[in-house]
Amino acid sequence: MTTLTAEAPDLMCGPSETARKQIRTLALVGPPNSGKSTLFNNLTGLRQKVANFPGVTVEQRAGKMRGGHGDIVTVLDLPGIHSLSPHSEDERVAADVLHGRMAGTAQPDAIALILDATHLNRHLVLAARIIALGLPTVVLLNMADSLRQQHGDVDLVALAGQLGTPVALISAARGEGLCTVRNFVNSVGAPPTPTELPVLQDVSHCREWAARVAIRASYRRPLPPAWSHRLDAIFLHRYCGPAIFLAVVVAAFQAIFRLGQPLSNALQNVLLASAQPLAAHIPAGIARSLLLDGAWKGMTSVLVFLPQILLLFLLIGVLEDSGYLARAAVITDRSMAKLGLNGKAFIPLLSAYACAVPAIMATRTIENKRDRMATILIAPLMTCSARLPVYTMIIAAFVPDRPLAGIFLGTRAAAMLGLYAVGFLAAVATARLLKSSVLKSHSSPFVMELPTYRWPTLRSLGLRLADRSWAFVSRVGTVVLAVSLGLALLSNLPSHPGQAALRENVLARVGRTMEPVIAPLGFNWKIGVGLLTSIAAREVIVGTLGTLYGMDPATHGMTLQGALHADLSPGGAVALLLFFAFALQCTSTLAVVRRETNSWKWPLLQFSYMAALAYGSALLANQIIQHL
Amino acid sequence: MIFNFKKPPASLLHCRLADLAPGQSALISDLALPADTAEPLMDLGLVAGSRVLAVRRAPGGDPVVYRVDGAEIALRRETTCHISILRIETDAEGS
Repeated sequence: MTTLTAEAPDLMCGPSETARKQIRTLALVGPPNSGKSTLFNNLTGLRQKVANFPGVTVEQRAGKMRGGHGDIVTVLDLPGIHSLSPHSEDERVAADVLHGRMAGTAQPDAIALILDATHLNRHLVLAARIIALGLPTVVLLNMADSLRQQHGDVDLVALAGQLGTPVALISAARGEGLCTVRNFVNSVGAPPTPTELPVLQDVSHCREWAARVAIRASYRRPLPPAWSHRLDAIFLHRYCGPAIFLAVVVAAFQAIFRLGQPLSNALQNVLLASAQPLAAHIPAGIARSLLLDGAWKGMTSVLVFLPQILLLFLLIGVLEDSGYLARAAVITDRSMAKLGLNGKAFIPLLSAYACAVPAIMATRTIENKRDRMATILIAPLMTCSARLPVYTMIIAAFVPDRPLAGIFLGTRAAAMLGLYAVGFLAAVATARLLKSSVLKSHSSPFVMELPTYRWPTLRSLGLRLADRSWAFVSRVGTVVLAVSLGLALLSNLPSHPGQAALRENVLARVGRTMEPVIAPLGFNWKIGVGLLTSIAAREVIVGTLGTLYGMDPATHGMTLQGALHADLSPGGAVALLLFFAFALQCTSTLAVVRRETNSWKWPLLQFSYMAALAYGSALLANQIIQHL
Repeated sequence: MIFNFKKPPASLLHCRLADLAPGQSALISDLALPADTAEPLMDLGLVAGSRVLAVRRAPGGDPVVYRVDGAEIALRRETTCHISILRIETDAEGS
């Protein structure tokens, strides 16, 4: 596939050698959802997150690419912008980088402007603003494949003449047109020479200019694909829309159990079997006990949840890449408005189901500061994937697996759904509380661009899953391994020399000193130690309990679920579930809230509030169930 | 072209974008919104003189999806009741 490229007239003649200067930093600029990050990934070989909704990228990211002559150029991926006067945090990042006001990031000396070829009229307004910066610029019309398929057309030579920059049709998703960027980096040093530029402050004037340029470039806007329109007729239908939305959510939970559980069991069998040959190589005694019953049991008890977590990320990935997410935001906007939140908050809140850290970053797209703060504060109440192992472990130990509604919903999936609902309702109540008190503000406008539906690509989904697996496995290999090994060591350290029983070791002593506080919740000292270690990250409790039960001679031979079932009362189990639903046991979340709010006040407030909520509800649940 | 329209009759001057029913299109005449609210809308193509088609309502009736300049944008009623329009046409596909 060859790529069409047109050089600006003066560049075709070739600028004098003295006008050329070496390009060191190239910024990728463009409107939201125009494919900057996809191009960035193709140019640099990095794996910046891409999806099909506006506002995926919220901070600058730098990568290296090799120019045609073998020299290294820094490429900056920037959040999407419509103009250089920012309205939200993510737009401010882009504007600051372009003006060289971003600490730690070099001011770009050239720009690749990525416009959506299927929305050229509108996106040319941004072109006027970027060209006016006077930096060497190449204009890349992305989604060339969609333009052709939908019978659109544009005269590249005429457009290049009008803009005074090289112009090329590319398709970032298919990797077409990368050579254009490489050639541009090598050959250009001259600023753009447009035939005319509009008065930038006057939006109407800019649009007239854009319309004129589009006409002179014989731009024929492609027809919007009819099937995207037809899908919207179903997904945004008065009755079908909400019904499909609910069905998608329920199906997601059922899939995590129905498909995830067998996969998880299979993985467990493999991991258990792999312990046998390992045992043969380690001499019996303290070392084998430490390594196999301690570290290995701790790590594998967390590792078996990888299938469930990958399923969750796969489902969220399909929603994000297909373009459905923006529709879901539209469906839920009315409910969000009742909470006093912006419909735009839906996207960060949904991504909080995967992980609160990127969700809190994603709130940068919310223009209203107070709305943004409220969204940051409630995001950790959404059930993130780190809670999934904890929930699955306890549910599998205490809830018998029976169908509730045929194959559509089982008891375990229903229990899980209930826990997700509890987290969501707590978030809703907190949002109301915040928006009617400290974060009261006028409602800010909801503006949501609906992207055209696209098929999620296997490559994009595969990369997400690969990245996620790596993140999960490396956490198991570092934090969980360290905690498990440490606990195994400590549980072999008797606090009173001469007494070898487990309850007298150092850990038991620590757990027992906690007992006055946690006994009313129905927790014993092992859970207490788990609560302490899970402050690092929630799933660490699973590894901790795996180690503690594995080291204990009484529960040594049992599965983790069996040991837990024998050790914990039903009241304690419900209390533990509720504790994890509410408590903010995640150092990464606290760190990112500190960074985004620029103060310790909010993360500390958030931590105390969620701890109080967790303790109170766990206490209440255990006391009620005990007295039933 | 969308930019050279004639002065409309006075009776049509005070219609709001919020009143546009799905399937109807109109020209935007004015955005009576504070600048920081209006600017993001103008960046998306909601400027005086551009033609807007109401495509469909969200399930609850609000927000409404509009097509402007080939793109589909969802807006809340609380925003669209401050945008005045003129020259309403009942035309399934707009301009």
